[in-house]
Amino acid sequence: MKFRHFMAALGSTVAAVLLIIVAFLGVYAWPAMRLNGFHFLFENSWNLGGLYANPITVHGQQILPGAHYGILFLIVGTVLSTAIAVALAVPVGVGAAIFLAEAVPQAARRWFSFFVELLAAIPSVVFGLWGYVVVIPFLGHHVFPFMAKWIGFVPFFGGSTGSGYGLLTSGLVLTLMIVPLITATLRDALVSQPEMLREGAIALGASRFETLRTVLLPGVRRTLIGSTILATGRALGETMAVLMISGNALNYLPQNIYAPISTMASFIVSQLDSALQDPTGMAVRSLAEVALVLCLISIVVNSFARLLIRFSGEQVRVTP
Amino acid sequence: MSTVSGNESAAAFPGAAGRAFGRRFWDFAGWSICGLAFVLLGGAMLWIMAMVLLRGFHALTIEVLTHVTEGYAGGLLNAIEGTLILGVGGILLALPPGLAAGIYMAEFDNGRLAPTIRFLADVLVGVPSIVIGYFGYVTMVVAFGWKFSVAAGSIALAIISLPYICRTTEMAIRQVPRSLREAAYALGASEGQVATGVYLPVALPGVLTGVLLALAISVGETAPLLYTAGWSNYLWTGHLTNEPVGYLTYAIWAFITEPFAGAHALAYAAALLVTVFVLIISILSRLFVK
Repeated sequence: MKFRHFMAALGSTVAAVLLIIVAFLGVYAWPAMRLNGFHFLFENSWNLGGLYANPITVHGQQILPGAHYGILFLIVGTVLSTAIAVALAVPVGVGAAIFLAEAVPQAARRWFSFFVELLAAIPSVVFGLWGYVVVIPFLGHHVFPFMAKWIGFVPFFGGSTGSGYGLLTSGLVLTLMIVPLITATLRDALVSQPEMLREGAIALGASRFETLRTVLLPGVRRTLIGSTILATGRALGETMAVLMISGNALNYLPQNIYAPISTMASFIVSQLDSALQDPTGMAVRSLAEVALVLCLISIVVNSFARLLIRFSGEQVRVTP
Repeated sequence: MSTVSGNESAAAFPGAAGRAFGRRFWDFAGWSICGLAFVLLGGAMLWIMAMVLLRGFHALTIEVLTHVTEGYAGGLLNAIEGTLILGVGGILLALPPGLAAGIYMAEFDNGRLAPTIRFLADVLVGVPSIVIGYFGYVTMVVAFGWKFSVAAGSIALAIISLPYICRTTEMAIRQVPRSLREAAYALGASEGQVATGVYLPVALPGVLTGVLLALAISVGETAPLLYTAGWSNYLWTGHLTNEPVGYLTYAIWAFITEPFAGAHALAYAAALLVTVFVLIISILSRLFVK
């Protein structure tokens, strides 16, 4: 066999892995998909049924009486926490990228950037630890009551602030986890903008910030959109940090921004132990369906971002 | 955009002074906001590091490094060993396909296959690690009957490492000058000889950077291991399947929620070990690149 064919065969595993993951999860979750149907996504009840009762047969599937699976609360929790994180991460990420690319002297830029981008290297579970030990007491005792008192008139910002576990806490910690991606990519793109653009704008009398706002930033718009979508994908799938700080709500839709939530990723971890109590195995298969839904969402989001970046001809860093 | 600036023009054009002030104000506000964003991120980084280092060093004792876990006390030797076994095992499994894919994408990028692998590898980076963990659970742990084991955990980590290794390998090989290859081919070298004799040695630092990066990510992962590697209080006895194994990130997650000071200390010590290890690797790989 020629060398290139050997490399192609061995290298194709990388491509095959993704297809195998989707296929195996799909096959395993198939009985659950037939049982749960499409309302799986739109109903708000995750109920294993009577664990001590005899299994009954519904649609040809053995399940426990009263078992019903709907994950609307997970989708809402995932989407809202991601939305908060992205809404905060874009301005902070862009601001930091501008500061690093334009305000920090070139000699110091590398180390300043490195310091901020190290945030991406910190493991998810350490973010979770920090959130659990430090951020939750701080937000729950000091910040949230203050916010509810002074900006409580804004919809969803008033009402009970709970203990600190919840949507806003998750959103804030997720922000820190996804910001480095946006900052690193955008800083690279800004630095690599042609010097002529800057000189031209300054020659026309623009200040440095006006040059940035009117000339440089529009040039990196696609990079920003691409990296934001990648960051969205990362926030959607974050598991450990969210698991430790979200409050792990079950069948509960958040009434305000402080309320406990669950996300699809964290739910898979928090529920497998109890799902294993179901002797028919349908709970474990339904969790596989959650994993499959999450996998497909992240594939769509990431494909979209990669295609956008590819056609824009700009480079996004694969690695943090 | 106004082209008017400075005092001279301000005198010549009515209203220009106000506009000049406005421009200066917005410049100042813009730079301040950008600086603030940077300070926010740097502050968060310092806050996290301060917590991990202060509480971690307080909890780190010789016993933690030399004893296995006993309930919620003892040490973390089993977890340190497990983290290294799983991480290195994952890298070893990911290296052959990752290198091959990287070589193919860099050198033989003239058909449909190379762009397909590249695209799927990029998408694989974005697949949540818990999905890979659950995939490992339903296939290896349940269907293959391996139970919680080193094999299942390493393969899960290998899947996570794959895209990083193949993409960094590809980039490293692409940076090797084409003329080197052409010279070797002109001398009659085969494709395999050119790979092992010409561009792989030159690209080695870049490949190593990718391996280090993948190792850092593997050591910091929790979600893909929870339901593939399990957890064990004992040292590994060498069985690839049917024997769960401990790892540091589990200790962080599981022990911090226990109501014992001893368990918290182990969690902080584990966080310190993981974070310091990951940061050292990140700094090393940064130094490698330039």
